[in-house]
Amino acid sequence: MKRRDVLLAALTLLAAWQVLAMIVHLPILPPPLEVLRVLFRELRSDLLIHFTVSLWRVAAGMLLSVLIAAPVGLAVGGSARLNRIFSPFIYLLYPVPKVVLVPVVILFLGIGDTAKIAIMFLILVFQILVLVRDQASGLPPQLIQSLQSLGAGRRALFRFVYLPASLPAILTALRQSIGTAVAVLYITELSATKYGLGYYIYYKGSTLLDYPAMYAGVIAMSILGLGMYFTVDWLERKWCKWKFVS
Amino acid sequence: MALLRHALRATETVCFVHTMISIRSLTFAYAGHSPLFDEFSLEIPRGETWAILGPSGCGKTSLLYLLAGLRYPTRGGIALDGEALTRPRPRTGLILQDYGLLPWSTVRENVELGLRVRQFYGEDGKHTPLDFQPAKSLASWLERLGIREISDQYPAQISGGQRQRTAIARTLALEPDLLLMDEPFSSLDAITREDLQNLTLSLCAQQQLTLVVVTHAIEEAVVLGERILLLDAAPNRNARVFENPGVRSEGYRETSQHQEICSLLRREMQRETA
Repeated sequence: MKRRDVLLAALTLLAAWQVLAMIVHLPILPPPLEVLRVLFRELRSDLLIHFTVSLWRVAAGMLLSVLIAAPVGLAVGGSARLNRIFSPFIYLLYPVPKVVLVPVVILFLGIGDTAKIAIMFLILVFQILVLVRDQASGLPPQLIQSLQSLGAGRRALFRFVYLPASLPAILTALRQSIGTAVAVLYITELSATKYGLGYYIYYKGSTLLDYPAMYAGVIAMSILGLGMYFTVDWLERKWCKWKFVS
Repeated sequence: MALLRHALRATETVCFVHTMISIRSLTFAYAGHSPLFDEFSLEIPRGETWAILGPSGCGKTSLLYLLAGLRYPTRGGIALDGEALTRPRPRTGLILQDYGLLPWSTVRENVELGLRVRQFYGEDGKHTPLDFQPAKSLASWLERLGIREISDQYPAQISGGQRQRTAIARTLALEPDLLLMDEPFSSLDAITREDLQNLTLSLCAQQQLTLVVVTHAIEEAVVLGERILLLDAAPNRNARVFENPGVRSEGYRETSQHQEICSLLRREMQRETA
């Protein structure tokens, strides 16, 4: 995918929005230029704070999930015995829709950031865990045996095989769950907070009926997701060069 | 401490072991299966090249894994260089069928891998021999195996022959005294295969390596092994060893002697399966 093509697609989408706004011609669908103007105005007042709070929540949730899911996934995938014990649990818990746990988590952890980060964590941790486990358990035995014959024990195997092998799996899991994470972020920010893009969008749209500002919030939230997407892509190009050679 | 080490090395030199591999009354079976080896014994002298030949399922690869210390005998024992084998031995090099190269590392990093594993542990005598000082630089191994030009490429970008050269360089950089290979050249085209067979023989001569190659191809066994161990359908009880003294002479594969040994082995293998 070329950068120029992505830019072109973005411009096309904006143009389509413009045309649609002209056809509909209602206050609930303002044209993109007006929204952009409001976006820059709002950035100078308090949108940036809401953006930062949301970014912190989703980034903290992601980081926490990687820190916990990656080592557990490596351990479970690297040992047939642990895999036999834990996989049935993962199998049962993986498909449970974690979003429905939002009220429960809020009941337990209160209305602060902890609850919101915990929900991000619950959603991401299984995705990463499953992908890393499958990556680790799917490594060809010849690779492991070759390393053992070079003198590698358990520690060196983790350092030289399991860790680098799981890196693409972690990044893939992150990429796959960014969309869900941002969507759930919105839901958790609808209630029990006065900060975050979810709150901002809801407040501007439903309470103040300030539609351009609401759309500015939507754009900010898209930029948040897109920015994380770009970051993961960038990390993959940096850390997994071998995946991009022909 | 240094003095003690010195003394230890001196004793090693005094009781110089002529036998590289000593298999004593080996019995081996995978759990729930009938044994592949039953009271099997074999001695392989230092510095010789051996080929293990046999039909699939005869246990030849299992024997190699036993020698590598990656499997353990059900009964009996194996000693390498006079020491009982209980875990992968630092001075044994193992090259498996699909080379076991790390896909995320370049050719150079792959060749360096064994050395990095040793640095990772330090000289603990368990994963790494004490006093390990590589005599040759990494660059000279890349050069010797003809992979210097491609040293910044990844395994997915190079040919099968080049991958095998990388695997050989990685193993030899650790300066083993015993080299174990499992079907190392079976997926290569004929010309590349001959090339690498010759290279392997000359490297073994240069480094005074003991070589054990497992193969299902009669031709390959006769090209590489100065002795050929023919395994029967399991369980194997007696070692049937064929002498193949011409192996180190140049152009051996074109001689009638080579042809004769090939036909002899072919007859033997057919007789077994009949």
